[in-house]
Amino acid sequence: MSATTIPQASALPRLGTLLETVAAWLLALAWVAPLLYAVWAAIHPTGYATRFELFAPLTLANFAAAWEAAPFARYFLNTFALVTMVVVAQFVLCTLAAFAFARAAFPGSGILFGLVLVQLMIMPDILLVENYRTMRALGLVDTILAIGLPYMASAFGIFLLRQTFKQVPKELEEAARVEGCGTLAILLRVYVPLAKPTYLAYGLTSVSYHWNNFLWPLVITNSVETRPLTVGLSVFASTDQGIDWAIISAATLMTSAPLLLGFLLFQRQFVQSFMRAGIK
Amino acid sequence: MKPARTTLHAWLMLTPAMLLLVGFTHYPAIATLWHSLFTTPRATRPARFIGAENYLALADDPVFWQALWNNLVYAGATIPLSIGLALAMAMWVNGRLAGRTALRIAYFTPTVLPMIAVANLWLFFYTPDYGLLDQLTATLFGWGPTNWIGQQETALGAMIAVAVWKEAGFFMIFYLAALQAVPPNLYEAAAIEGASRLRVFLRVTLPLLGPTTLFIAVNAVINGFRLVDHIIVMTRGGPDNATALLLTHIYELGFRFWDTAAASALTMILLAMLALAAAAQFAFAARRVHYR
Repeated sequence: MSATTIPQASALPRLGTLLETVAAWLLALAWVAPLLYAVWAAIHPTGYATRFELFAPLTLANFAAAWEAAPFARYFLNTFALVTMVVVAQFVLCTLAAFAFARAAFPGSGILFGLVLVQLMIMPDILLVENYRTMRALGLVDTILAIGLPYMASAFGIFLLRQTFKQVPKELEEAARVEGCGTLAILLRVYVPLAKPTYLAYGLTSVSYHWNNFLWPLVITNSVETRPLTVGLSVFASTDQGIDWAIISAATLMTSAPLLLGFLLFQRQFVQSFMRAGIK
Repeated sequence: MKPARTTLHAWLMLTPAMLLLVGFTHYPAIATLWHSLFTTPRATRPARFIGAENYLALADDPVFWQALWNNLVYAGATIPLSIGLALAMAMWVNGRLAGRTALRIAYFTPTVLPMIAVANLWLFFYTPDYGLLDQLTATLFGWGPTNWIGQQETALGAMIAVAVWKEAGFFMIFYLAALQAVPPNLYEAAAIEGASRLRVFLRVTLPLLGPTTLFIAVNAVINGFRLVDHIIVMTRGGPDNATALLLTHIYELGFRFWDTAAASALTMILLAMLALAAAAQFAFAARRVHYR
């Protein structure tokens, strides 16, 4: 809307557009400045971290030093295992539940769906104390399973897939039934393939959420074998590294790199997926 | 298919998800209430019923009141700022400005960064004297070094800035989707009537964005209480509780002092605030938002 759709010849709106362009770019600059600053610090020797010289020598030594200084390989593995587990479990559980809500008219489904939606407001992030107690009772403290378990049945996922499944024409289901498909086969052959864009959208939002999640993993893990990247990074940055910003910046970029690169390469799909997840 | 069988199938499909939901959302919410009425169990002394005493203790604790006040300021600032900026960003990216794709990437990038990485970036950005912010303010205004996150006056504002920076691009996406769905003939009609840009914005665009704004507002409100990762890393609620929020205080009470009873009582207060916010939003939405 900013660039007006109304053709105007006078100079005043053109000045307005110019001002808006400047404002938009200044904001964009402010938005990338902290990140670019960290990139600058990470790819130059320590002495240049806060000195800007165009021809400062480039180096990858900070990344090597960070990689050596903490078990980042293990943290990457933990995060990868966590995200894979959560997303696979969410797909399976939410698909089944969403299908039941979308297509089976059974008594009490409205109340049950309302109970599901409660999780949109009361997220597991807030119920740290009780969930920790539960995990201790289950003997799961300091396991990767415990990090993921509270998020596996996701109200957001159930809601999103239910909306998508509801839009599938009933005739398709009836045709499959005439051909002798059972309920599960109908779900897998008719509904799931038609919901692919929703799965992509939900998958991307979920991957980025769990790759980035911090507080619950911080509470429930206490060893190198289970810590995800985010917690590992905070442990690394808070143990006295003599606050070497070059190395901390390198470590920070390293842990964000997979998502950041994925986003820069596929930014159109990324943005469209987030949009799709939001409109429903 | 017979209804009885449909019901059976539905329950079979729902059971795994419902078990986990009840186990990690409904049960802990109720158990929090229950445990907030008891003392914290210790190795030598089991928990004992004390009624509302944990809540009375909170009411006597100045740190609780400060955390509550800080959280209201934090939510009260991040919600309108991030929504307003998101709307401006979406309009700019949706318009005909030069370099729209680059702008969109710049605005959206913070969304994909882990909050903990964001905290490190901003710690560096805020570093007194050496940090980019101090270098900028020194060059532009000739200011001396400022300890942005280390002094009472600026610490909470510095945390708010980080949260807005992280969120605005995410909310922009939803506005962008809504703007692209506005039928162009509405703008053409407004143009024929010679409406000014401001009028078009107020009378055409803004009303159509109602449902999107509600959706974003719900998310922004939740984040106003939930988005605290950066505070735990950057200030640990300090200096002198200047950046303590409800959730950071829950973390402190529950996992640093291991006073789970007090943490449970505080969690109940946080849940009550969220419930109140939800009720207010739906009451507001029922009157103001017009769905197409």
